[in-house]
Amino acid sequence: MGNLNALVAVSLIYVAFLFGVAFAAERAAMRGKGNWLRLPIVYTLSLSIYCTAWTFYGAVGNAARSGLEYITIYLGPSLVLIGWWWGLRKLVRIGRSQRITSIADMISSRYGKSNLLAVGVTILAVIGTTPYIALQLQSVTTSLSAFSNAPSDSQQLSATAFWVAGGLAIFTIIFGTRNLDANERHYGVVMAIAVEAVVKLFALLAVGVFVVWGIADGPADILQRIEASEKTTWEINGGRWAGLIFLSAAAFVCLPRMFQVLVVENDSEDHLRTASWAFPAYLMIMSLFVIPIAVVGLDIMPEGSNPDLFVLTLPLASGQEGLAMLSFLGGFSSATSMVIVAAIALSTMVSNHVVMPIWLSSSGGGATVSGDVRNVVIISRRLSIAAVLGLGYLYYRLSGGGSALASIGLISFTGVAQFLPVLIGGVFWRGATRNGALAGLTVGFVLWAYCLLLPSFGPDVLLSQSVIDHGLFGWSWLQPQALFGIEGLDPLMHAVLWSTSLNAVIFVVVSLADFPTPMERLQGAQFVNIFEHSSRTPSWTGGVAKSEDLMIMAQRILGAHEAQSLFEHEAYRQGVSGLLPEPNAEFLQVLERELSGSVGAATAHAMIAQIVGNASVSVQDLMAVANETAQMMEYSSQLEAKSNELARTARQLRQANEKLTLVSAQKDDFLSQVSHELRTPMTSIRAFSEILRDNSRLSNAEKRKYSGIIQDEAIRLTRLLDDLLDLSVLENGQVALSHQVAQLGTVLDQATTAALSGAEGALNVVRTGQDNVSLRTDVGRLSQVFINLIRNAQKYCDAENPELRIEVSLKEDRLRVDFIDNGTGIPSVSQEAIFDKFSRVNPQRAGGAGLGLAICREVMNQLGGEISYLPGQGGAAFRVTLFAPLSLAAQ
Amino acid sequence: MSERSTAVFLERQTYRRRRLIDWLRILPLIGLGLWCIPLLWSKGEGQGVSTADAVIFVFVVWLVLVVLSAFSAWALQALESDDKDATNTGAR
Repeated sequence: MGNLNALVAVSLIYVAFLFGVAFAAERAAMRGKGNWLRLPIVYTLSLSIYCTAWTFYGAVGNAARSGLEYITIYLGPSLVLIGWWWGLRKLVRIGRSQRITSIADMISSRYGKSNLLAVGVTILAVIGTTPYIALQLQSVTTSLSAFSNAPSDSQQLSATAFWVAGGLAIFTIIFGTRNLDANERHYGVVMAIAVEAVVKLFALLAVGVFVVWGIADGPADILQRIEASEKTTWEINGGRWAGLIFLSAAAFVCLPRMFQVLVVENDSEDHLRTASWAFPAYLMIMSLFVIPIAVVGLDIMPEGSNPDLFVLTLPLASGQEGLAMLSFLGGFSSATSMVIVAAIALSTMVSNHVVMPIWLSSSGGGATVSGDVRNVVIISRRLSIAAVLGLGYLYYRLSGGGSALASIGLISFTGVAQFLPVLIGGVFWRGATRNGALAGLTVGFVLWAYCLLLPSFGPDVLLSQSVIDHGLFGWSWLQPQALFGIEGLDPLMHAVLWSTSLNAVIFVVVSLADFPTPMERLQGAQFVNIFEHSSRTPSWTGGVAKSEDLMIMAQRILGAHEAQSLFEHEAYRQGVSGLLPEPNAEFLQVLERELSGSVGAATAHAMIAQIVGNASVSVQDLMAVANETAQMMEYSSQLEAKSNELARTARQLRQANEKLTLVSAQKDDFLSQVSHELRTPMTSIRAFSEILRDNSRLSNAEKRKYSGIIQDEAIRLTRLLDDLLDLSVLENGQVALSHQVAQLGTVLDQATTAALSGAEGALNVVRTGQDNVSLRTDVGRLSQVFINLIRNAQKYCDAENPELRIEVSLKEDRLRVDFIDNGTGIPSVSQEAIFDKFSRVNPQRAGGAGLGLAICREVMNQLGGEISYLPGQGGAAFRVTLFAPLSLAAQ
Repeated sequence: MSERSTAVFLERQTYRRRRLIDWLRILPLIGLGLWCIPLLWSKGEGQGVSTADAVIFVFVVWLVLVVLSAFSAWALQALESDDKDATNTGAR
């Protein structure tokens, strides 16, 4: 009993030491000072949880009973690690890029984020792992009982087991659920199990060295003893040898606890490279002394002693109490480290894929990770840990702690090996689909349960003996241990063969026939081609470096000043001195919210994930970002259209303004010209009427002359005003045109007569062309134009015998009347200007105001025609053109 | 053509790295092959392989594999750090 008390005390001290290590590691990680946590050796040592209490106790027992067969359990993982370039490297790369949190997460994520698959994998994992936890509890209690000399009291044993389970639950809850690391890394736990790895290696080595050199006489002696033992020749079944190597390799990857330390807790691929030789070396050293211990134990220990406990009983028998305690600690370490990591792995799966979906769907969907949800997640994790350990303890109690439990290890391996086809197929084959995975897993699980798990409970517990002997429903080809009549196979190998091969075949066949959803295809491409679009992510660079990157990015989006003040504020809130806060989850949430105001929620999330996770962005993130980008582009194109329209309107306004300015300037010119024109006759009228008024001694002839001048000027003034009014009316379009039908010739005759009556000089008018054209137009206005042109010719023609030729020509739908005189014509510079208002070529001879041609042009515009100067005719020539309305006269 | 005294083979570094990766791929197969040799051992009284020899065989193969794997890992790291130095563009 004294032994026992000392042992318990030592154990408690050891446990306290582990707690301390875990605390220190977590603190260092949070502070960003944990560079020593990132040594490759830590990763390698953490893989040692593969060596559970079975390595200490069960392996020796197995070696004592079956020779070298125990070694297959370690050869498989060695091969997997030596072949890391094939498979593990891809798994680790995927795990880091996709932020995988468990094996259920990886499988479900690969097959289109199917929660059904995740739930299935979780359940299978729990069923497979619970007995293994019970096995660890049993090993602790059994090893304890080896120390006390009293026969094992089952009550006491189960109480011990209960305390051990409870203590493990507390440790796991404290260090497994302290904070929700988005990457599911548990630095404290990893450090603790690395320390335990060293302890158990050291313990086993110590016992081994003692046995080989202390009890026996060195390696040669050991070899001699092997020769002398019963198992002197190799008798291991070849199928079993190969099958067990395959099984252990499969389990190494698929066991939830191994997946957790291999993939989820992995920090860098360099660690994997180191582990590729370091871990096989570890396994080799651990298993080196198993045979010596077994052989020496068989020689020395009394008949019938339990070979499983040789690691303890040999030192005890030799009086080495300290060594025995060290050995016990080693076994205790291996048992507890396995249980802790298994509990974390299983609780992560149960919480993420079973509890949280149920809670989220029952509490209304659309919950983002707010404070409440995080609390719920933490609580559900803790409850899951307690539940898993409770289940393990329950299994231990119900199984009675018998030897049947020992065989459960390989049954558990076979169960998790059902994940292998689905996992490997998903990672290497893009054609793998969700339905294929479901079918394969179901088939594998059913076969495993039927062939291996249910019979293992013993006959008539869950599967009646008659079924075992004669098959289901009496069909002999459905015998659980001889399917399809293949007898003679070891039950374990039989089950492994059937379950994995049918699993794989059904998986492949259903995947080939099935058509995957878009999400599955995208995820398939991402997973299988991971090396093409992810880089070798570098090792952890520290929290401060990440904050710096975040600061640079935030400055680019929010602006330097705003980003800096935000970071400073957050650093102050965190209680960290300086300008850069710790990149913990809370800060990242705040930052994400700030950024999403500028670039959109999905983009902000993706950018932060890129920097903090050092990982590539998931497909869903990308789709959300693409959505947001499309919306923003649409909005900006709408804005662009609006701004284009505004520019156009501004341009039009500017043009109108220019036109108005021009017109205003023209009006000013016009007014000044008009006032000038009006002033001249007014001056004459004033002057001469002043003379008439003031001079009383004027002769009658003088009075008549002066009055005549006044009248002429008044007439001139009146004419000017009439013309102005006419022009204004024409320009405003307020003229009323009356359309009549008339003959062109008649109009010309009348115009000629009116123009030349009362004229001073003689003008010879010659008429040519067909002028019996019928016109439909305002005859009065047309005559006005002709009269003006004829009068101009009469006034300005400077030939000796002035002659005006009027030519009529009809071309297509145009009527042309040309007025050509035989004078000198108008110089080319003035040919356009003569149609302007107040323009006179020869002011002295003018006698008018210069509005005549301007009026003609306006009239012709109103009548639907035009008037223009005809150059190159020798004399002055004007062409009057009439378009529609025009009716051709019958000849 | 044979006056060329310089190395004809260009890009030796990349070629070496690829062959090293080929070796990394073969190594586990070699290990599997070696460890499956026990399948070929004949069993039965008086002619089987002795357990002692079997033990030595398995562990020697194990040691050899560990050493080869360690060497390969070291070679890979050496090559990759050379790559990193050569093309130091700061790719993350």
